[in-house]
Amino acid sequence: MKYRTIFDIIGPVMIGPSSSHTAGAARIGRAARTIFGRVPKRVIITLYGSFAKTYRGHGTDVALAGGILGFDTFDKRIVNALEIAKQQGVEIVFRESDELTTHPNTARMYLEDANGNMEVVGISIGGGKMEIVELNGFALNLSGNDPVLLVLHQDQYGAVARVATVLANHEINIGYMQVSRKEKGSEALMSIETDQKVESIVQNEISDLMGIVSVTVL
Amino acid sequence: MRFRTVAELVEVAETEGNKISDVMLAHESDVMGRSEEEIFTEMSRHLVVMEEAIQRGLTEDIKSHSGLTGGDAKKIQAYKKNAKVLLSGPTLLDAVSRATATSEVNAAMGTIVATPTAGACGILPGTIFTAAEKLNASRETMVRGLFVSGAIGLTIANNASISGAAGGCQAEVGSATAMAAAAVVEMAGGSPSQSAEAVAIALKNMLGLVCDPVAGLVEAPCVKRNAMGAAIAMVAADMALAGVKSVIPTDEVIDAMYQIGQSMPVALKETALGGLAATPTGRALERQIFKTVDESL
Repeated sequence: MKYRTIFDIIGPVMIGPSSSHTAGAARIGRAARTIFGRVPKRVIITLYGSFAKTYRGHGTDVALAGGILGFDTFDKRIVNALEIAKQQGVEIVFRESDELTTHPNTARMYLEDANGNMEVVGISIGGGKMEIVELNGFALNLSGNDPVLLVLHQDQYGAVARVATVLANHEINIGYMQVSRKEKGSEALMSIETDQKVESIVQNEISDLMGIVSVTVL
Repeated sequence: MRFRTVAELVEVAETEGNKISDVMLAHESDVMGRSEEEIFTEMSRHLVVMEEAIQRGLTEDIKSHSGLTGGDAKKIQAYKKNAKVLLSGPTLLDAVSRATATSEVNAAMGTIVATPTAGACGILPGTIFTAAEKLNASRETMVRGLFVSGAIGLTIANNASISGAAGGCQAEVGSATAMAAAAVVEMAGGSPSQSAEAVAIALKNMLGLVCDPVAGLVEAPCVKRNAMGAAIAMVAADMALAGVKSVIPTDEVIDAMYQIGQSMPVALKETALGGLAATPTGRALERQIFKTVDESL
């Protein structure tokens, strides 16, 4: 089932004019900011397909910027998000690309500050729903509906089993899981959707496991 | 999963002697693990957002950033009050003006509820508020109407599509019209099967509708398609309440909508490459709008 809850159909409450180009874009921006974990200093956003052709008329730019500032789809500050970003010292640059992507509504976002950088790709699939399909070069598939645990780890045997064991010990059920890597033996990314919330004590336990680089909870 | 198709939805409701809104509430509560009370309260808040958008569109001077839309809802209301003769009637014009008001507010970056999308956000508020006024219905009945439309929308979204980019305008405005027709049937005391017939009758009249927005914006022809979607929903509901049945069963109409969407050329699916967007005037407006926007940056 692509759509589970009635509030995917009657909702979201949002600033117009387009559920895919405005609300979906705000959610992509917000997901990027959550994964980054803080307000970035500088963001480069590359727009593809329909996003690239119609972003000004649809407010896709202000919606993405609003999302980066942490605004939800219904936050009226979205309308002035570009000015607010400037006031907060966040530089946001938009680029349009002619490159063909699998989905017509795609945004690639590069976020950085003095402490690091990150690149994330999001698609807006309709009715305000979105998916994060790439993080730092790793393919993934995050809907943002359920709690997600992102575990960056060394690509070696036993890593998945060790993380799963910690979750099992804390009675946390895995609803969906994906492991993605760029090349054999380097770093890999586990994205784990769980039915229960992953508390910080569990996160710390996973961080301390052998071969774990970083742990993020969304 | 209590239902996957409209036929199953009707069967569950009628076997249990319940309304479609009851089945949807219980279903949502099961799937999402939330209490029915909590879900109902959240939906009631959505109704308030809809009401505020209608109010704004009918009283304020709304104009979109592009200048393509705004002000028509007020015009229709003024005409309804002052004209000596109304060809379609006051109820229909109320539904049409409220749908227009909501869509105009959406185009002007106001706050709305996507039902099922922002491009089709006017139809449900337009019909539900108008039907409620006509029926003297309670707030609870109106919220229940939203649950009926949500149940229909979920089956369409999961078995076909609610995205203009994937299925054309029939998938957005068409789905919203079908959802609204089912809702007002229940509000008027109709049976679950009558709601299902209203879905079929409404959606059949939207089949083949392409998504061809001028300059790629959710404005022209979207606002007027919302207006007419509301009108079709009200009439389809009356026909179903009169006992008229669709020759083709509802789920097959939904499947036909999906198949038509699949075979629709890309130029007619929210790319602004065909249809009204590609007319000489459509193209001229596109050039004019984007030049204006560029200068304002």
